[in-house]
Amino acid sequence: MKVAVLGAATTQFGELWDISPRALVREAVSEALLASNLRITDIDALYVGNMLSGILGGQENLGAFFAEELGFAGPAFKIEGACASGGLAFYNGAVAVRSGMFERVLVVGVEKMTDHKPEDVALGLMGAGSDVERQAGITFPGLYAILARAHMEKYGTTEEELAAVAVKNHFHAVLNSKAHFNNLITIAKVLASPKIADPLKLLDCSPISDGAAAAVIVSEAVAQKGQTPVWLIGAGVASDSLGLAGRKEITSLSAAKRAAKLAYKAARVGPRDIEVAEVHDCFTIAELIALEDLGFYEPGKAGKALLREELTLGKAQHLVVNPSGGLKACGHPVGATGVKQVVEIVSQLRGTSGKRQVEKTRIGLTHNVGGSGAVAAVHIFQGKAGSGKGKG
Amino acid sequence: MIGIVSYGAYVPKYRIKTEEIARVWKKDPAEIRNSLGIVEKAVASWDEDAVTLGLEAAIRCLGTRFRPDNIGAILVGSETHPYAVNPTSTIIGEFLGIGHHYFAADLEFACKAGTAAIELIAGLIKSGQVNYGLAVGTDVAQSRPHDVLEYTSGAGAAAFLLGNSSQEIIAELVAFTSYSSDTPDFWRRDGIRFPSHSGRFSGEPAYFTHVLGAANLLFKKTKTKPADFDYCVFHMPNGKFPVAVASRLGFTKEQFLPSFVAPQIGNPYSASTLIGLASVLKQAKPDQKIFMVSYGSGAGSDAFIWKTTKHIEKYRKHESNQLLSQKEYIDYPRYLKQTKTI
Repeated sequence: MKVAVLGAATTQFGELWDISPRALVREAVSEALLASNLRITDIDALYVGNMLSGILGGQENLGAFFAEELGFAGPAFKIEGACASGGLAFYNGAVAVRSGMFERVLVVGVEKMTDHKPEDVALGLMGAGSDVERQAGITFPGLYAILARAHMEKYGTTEEELAAVAVKNHFHAVLNSKAHFNNLITIAKVLASPKIADPLKLLDCSPISDGAAAAVIVSEAVAQKGQTPVWLIGAGVASDSLGLAGRKEITSLSAAKRAAKLAYKAARVGPRDIEVAEVHDCFTIAELIALEDLGFYEPGKAGKALLREELTLGKAQHLVVNPSGGLKACGHPVGATGVKQVVEIVSQLRGTSGKRQVEKTRIGLTHNVGGSGAVAAVHIFQGKAGSGKGKG
Repeated sequence: MIGIVSYGAYVPKYRIKTEEIARVWKKDPAEIRNSLGIVEKAVASWDEDAVTLGLEAAIRCLGTRFRPDNIGAILVGSETHPYAVNPTSTIIGEFLGIGHHYFAADLEFACKAGTAAIELIAGLIKSGQVNYGLAVGTDVAQSRPHDVLEYTSGAGAAAFLLGNSSQEIIAELVAFTSYSSDTPDFWRRDGIRFPSHSGRFSGEPAYFTHVLGAANLLFKKTKTKPADFDYCVFHMPNGKFPVAVASRLGFTKEQFLPSFVAPQIGNPYSASTLIGLASVLKQAKPDQKIFMVSYGSGAGSDAFIWKTTKHIEKYRKHESNQLLSQKEYIDYPRYLKQTKTI
């Protein structure tokens, strides 16, 4: 059974100190439902992607919490998987529609982070780490710094190549009015920014953000009656050890590679067919590894491509990566991120992305990672059939 | 006419450089200096507290020319009053020899309790209750080791004697206003040693919203604009926020820099804005206008317009304030000792 996305929307991402989680979700859902020409009473089930509502907000009944806010009385679930919570919520919603159990599912991703002290947020995020990592006192910048150092040693990857990820994503975010940051940066500025966990510097890291995103997933029968559907043609989720010490290698993320393989197989496409992708750049090294894990580049080759600006809007020949600005510059409200990636790709495939529209794009991909690679969700989407074959 | 008759400021002689603190925590000193705009901060001696600092400032304020027993009110603003119950204001009053016929109260409003004292005393003078009132802002600012506040929390005090005689006033209080809201950006619960803060939340929704709110309200109320002033003074929680707020309001460097003491002393909380004002008064000429806005977390800002009079030059001849001239650098272990952390 085919599954499609109808309405999809995000709120502004950023430091939204005067907006509550309830208001964020209400805003994203209202826009997504309106675009779907549906009401909340038409929805069969609600899937909420969120990571930190329990540890930071003390709220552990999030399905019912947002069902109440939205005036929804059906089945409502919270799906958590660290920073992949949004991607996993979308996956579960899609599985439910594909199974025939539901026809119209609402997926919401939301996170409220800036109301809490940075050290509390860092501690909360380490809820995604392994016990030994937590006992050792390491935090996520440290874990990704280890990945970066390993990649540098194995492939000669440079700090400039990592910085190029941040430069590209800030450039894209300037074109996105919903993005957390709207400033251009340079490689020199990234290299001169304060060190967080060597070799990662402040501008190698995604920010702590607030935000929500929502998408309506429907069955083929419902999709045919609505506005331009965007079809989900492949999906994959895979898991790995929570901690880095349990991995066979740390210059790639095995879970992401396996999730991508599943998604490509289901979609019957390969990396060369993807024209636009939203990948998980929680740190610049994460995007570089993602480009290799997804098969866009051979291992060790993505860094040079980034320096050549091959993935930047307006310069790319085959593929634009993170046109929203990615986690780095659009912002990273962790539970919302995976759903926001879907919203961006759906918008790109519909041709409604305005100034940051990737030209003649037909097939897009989302790549959402939880922890330091303990879980990954990859989704592949196709726009309206007949809008022209992709360049890949 | 209500205005400043005399003033005094006191900054402890001990300094610790931000690079010394950065060295201990393995931070890049240049990064810290650039991000906070603080070179060094003042540290109280082991036997100093908000009472002694406030008293030092008050003694410098009264000098030998002003009779303490004329003072009808003494209000002391601080967030580090040594006692939760037992007023700082009466201890200072007693040591000044103010007598017993005076109104005393301690104030607390994070970093703006000192300017709150000025507003209240102006009201007491205007209502005819008192002829002279002493407003003091004093703090030995606390910060938890390894907290970002550790680079900025300073120590210092300033005292302003307000009166109503046009023969004595050196700076007339032309107008004032306030802007307040329930914005918990920085707090310290009763019995807790170090303050907590909400990181970046203390910027835009807290400091900037309130300082800009009060400033714009006062511009509107008095039909003035930045170009009408010779000097501006802002609360200085670090070396960045006041620079940014002055620029956003449209003040020039020339208007702003005379008050900018934060890079040398850090943030002595309730005394920060007042020491900035004292620095301006040390160099102001007659008939110059000063625009001043404080900020206290929690949150609120008091905005004032001062206008110097012809008496300021004569006053300065007798002035004994030697602000910031004496310095002794200390290392981190000694800093921990003097702040009673060890």
